[in-house]
Amino acid sequence: MSIADAIADAGAKPAGKRPYFLDEEVESILAITMAVAQELAVSRQRVDTLERLLEGKGVLSRSEIESFAPDPAAAVERALANQEYIARILRIVQQRNEAADLKNDVASEEVGSEIGAAG
Amino acid sequence: MTLSNAPQQQPYDGPPDYRVVGRHGVFPETNHDEIERINFLAQMNRHLSARVVPGVRAAYEQRVVPAFEKAQGRPIADRHEARRELLEDPAFRLWSAIRRMTMEQRQQAGRWTAIRQREALAQKAAELTDGDDRLQLDPTLAIPRYVSAVDHHCMPGSYHSEYFPGDVTNGANYDHGGFVTTAGLLGKYSDGGGHAVVNWVRRNLKDFAPKAILEIGGTVGHSSLPIAQAWPDAEMTIVDLGAPVLRYGLARAKSLGVDNVRFIQASGEDLSRFPDASFDWIQTTMFLHELSNSALANILSETRRLLRPGGVVLHVEQPQYTPDMALFEQAMRDWDAYYNNEPFWSRMHELDLDQAMVDAGFEREKLIHGGVTGVVDKDLFPDAAEDETEDYGRKAAWHVIGATV
Repeated sequence: MSIADAIADAGAKPAGKRPYFLDEEVESILAITMAVAQELAVSRQRVDTLERLLEGKGVLSRSEIESFAPDPAAAVERALANQEYIARILRIVQQRNEAADLKNDVASEEVGSEIGAAG
Repeated sequence: MTLSNAPQQQPYDGPPDYRVVGRHGVFPETNHDEIERINFLAQMNRHLSARVVPGVRAAYEQRVVPAFEKAQGRPIADRHEARRELLEDPAFRLWSAIRRMTMEQRQQAGRWTAIRQREALAQKAAELTDGDDRLQLDPTLAIPRYVSAVDHHCMPGSYHSEYFPGDVTNGANYDHGGFVTTAGLLGKYSDGGGHAVVNWVRRNLKDFAPKAILEIGGTVGHSSLPIAQAWPDAEMTIVDLGAPVLRYGLARAKSLGVDNVRFIQASGEDLSRFPDASFDWIQTTMFLHELSNSALANILSETRRLLRPGGVVLHVEQPQYTPDMALFEQAMRDWDAYYNNEPFWSRMHELDLDQAMVDAGFEREKLIHGGVTGVVDKDLFPDAAEDETEDYGRKAAWHVIGATV
C-alpha cells in the first residue's frame, strides 16, 4: 500500500506553476538526465559498499580490483559489452545518420494518404 | 579497521556522510540507497554553490553588466532589473534549471522515504502522543493563502497537508531531508539555528531567566528544542499551522527526552487563546519570509501583546536587502522568491523591519540587532562561520532582529 502510494506521489508537483529556464523540452530531458545521474551515483556508492564489505570479510582485496587484468577471452567479452552498450544508448544518432543518407524516405502518414487515395 | 592499502585521509571540505545525522523515535528509516540519494543531493547543492555560482557571477560581471550598460547607457538600477537581465544569460539559466531540479529531486527523495513507511511512522507518533495534552490540534483552523497558494520551497503539500488521520508524512519529509538543502550546516538534529539563538541570548541577555517561551511557526521543533533544553525550568510552546509537523514534533521531542514543550496548532496571527503578557520570550526562526505583509503586521502585534514586561522577542532571518548589498547578491537571493516558491521572500527582505516593529508597538530604542551562524558539532558537521561558500539564502548565517519590552 505505502509503496504504491510512494510510487504515485513521491514525485508530486508542488502547488505553484513551474518555471522553465531553458527550452521546455530541453529542460525536461536535462531533468531526466539529472535524475539518472543521481541514480548512477547511488549505484556507484552501492558497489563501493559491496567492495568494502567483501574486503572487510577477506573475500577480496580492493587492490585486486584496481589491478584486475581480464584474460584475452574476457577482454573481448568486455569490449563487446562496451560496444553494445554504446550502440544501444546512441540509437538516435545512428538513426539520424541513416536518415541523412536517404533521398526518398517517406512518413507513414504520407504513405497512408497515398495508398488510401490510390485505393 | 585500518586497511594496509588504504590511502592517507584526504583533506575534505563539504557535507558529512548523512549517516551522522541524529535519529529519534519518529525519524524515518533510511536504507542504503535512500541515504546515498541524500548524500548525492547534498553534494549537488555544494557543487552548485562552490563551482557553478562563481561562473554565474563572472557572467554577470563580464557579460550581463557590460552589455546592459552599453545598450542602455546607465547602470542596472535594482535587483529586479538585474534578475531580468540574468534571465537572458545562459550561465544563470543553466544554473537555475539544475538548482530547481535538485530541489525537486530532494523533495521526491524525501517523500519516497516518508510515504513508503507512513503508516508505521503514524503508529510510532501515535504511541508517543496519544492522550498527551501537550499536543493540541485544531482541525477547524483555516490555512491562509500565503501558505496554501504555492508550496513553500517546492515541498508538495507544505507543512499542513494530511493524507490520513494521524498522518506525519510531511513532518518526516521536512525533518529528514532538510540536510540536503543546507548541506549539513544545520547540524545533527537540524537544530544549529536553535543552538545559535541559545548562545546569543546567553551572551547578550545575561540575567534573562525566562519561564514561558513561545516559538511561532516552529514546525517540528528544530529550533525550539535547544531552547527548551537550555532553560529546563521554562515551558516552551510551539505553534504552527500544520498538524503533521506538530504531531511529529511532539513525538520527536519526547523521544529525545525533551518534556518541557507543548505543540499547538494555531495561526501566529491570532493567538487569542493566550492572554496578554503570557510569555517572557517569543522566538521565530527563518519564519518571517513565509508570511505576507498583513500577516507579518498581525504577528508582530501579537508578539507585542503577548510579551511580559522585561520580556524579549527575537526573529532570526536571512539578511535584509540594504543599499550596501551588491545587486548581484540581491538578485541571487531573490531566486527563491521567484523560482523556489517563497513568494514573500523578496518583499519581506526589502521591508524596514525596524519600522514594522515600531508600528507593532515596540519602542525604537529597545530594538535589538545582531547576527548568528549555525552552531553544530564541528567534529562531524561543517561550521557556517568558517564556510566560505555562499549559497544565497541557504547559508546558516542569519540576522537577528528583536526587541525588549
